[in-house]
Amino acid sequence: MTCRNGPTPLQRRTFLAGTALVTILPAAAARATPEAMAAAIRDVVGNATVREGKVTLDVPPLIENGSTVPLTVSVESPMSEADHVKAIHVFNEKNPQPYVFDATLGPASGKAVIGTRIKLGDSQKIVAIAETSKGEFWSGSADVIVTLAACLEEMT
Amino acid sequence: MANVLINVPKTARRGEVIEIKAMILHPMETGFRPGTNGRIIPRNIIERFTATWNGTEVFSMAMSPAIAANPFVSFFAVARDSGTIALRWTGDEGFAVEERVAITVG
Repeated sequence: MTCRNGPTPLQRRTFLAGTALVTILPAAAARATPEAMAAAIRDVVGNATVREGKVTLDVPPLIENGSTVPLTVSVESPMSEADHVKAIHVFNEKNPQPYVFDATLGPASGKAVIGTRIKLGDSQKIVAIAETSKGEFWSGSADVIVTLAACLEEMT
Repeated sequence: MANVLINVPKTARRGEVIEIKAMILHPMETGFRPGTNGRIIPRNIIERFTATWNGTEVFSMAMSPAIAANPFVSFFAVARDSGTIALRWTGDEGFAVEERVAITVG
């Protein structure tokens, strides 16, 4: 006996295409965009080249509630007087603004690791950029899926 | 008086890298959300967090509305001298809170 309960592959495909269309449309509302994030990054780094590596973002890949998302940014660095991380900048693609935080640290930090909790309005990419005392920029990124966005309306 | 939770070891060996964790009660209202009356709730966030060790700044962070409510920050610092670690939060609507913790470095 064959199972006839599930949808046929064709039906499922059209259904998925339909939901994809529906989910893409409202995303065009007022939000930061990948271009806005790129512009915000340009504001920080200027004309310097940003190399990928050394920066690790520790964030859960699947988030149930975007209102509180634990994020840890760590940068590989000896953190000595001669070679240390001066600043860590974090950006996002789809919150209303592309900025998350800018942290300033130095040789007195000992370790370039920062933990905090952030808000995410949608599934998106988070980028962290570390600026070293030698004037180099290193970047790392993480993609996250958010099932419930940071609350948009006031709770009653 | 704001409610603050701070986690700093009471003692540390000289040269040891210690973790400092701090959390403060604050709504971090983004300024993008409509309230129950349909109007946008004005922005009210903490803009800046700084940590000083015996008066020398060891860490600071500029926050945006994308930081979750009741901001939590953890960072590291090298234990060099005994003294006080002062943590300071400043933000919209004249928000300013400073908390001090003592640490013994031996």
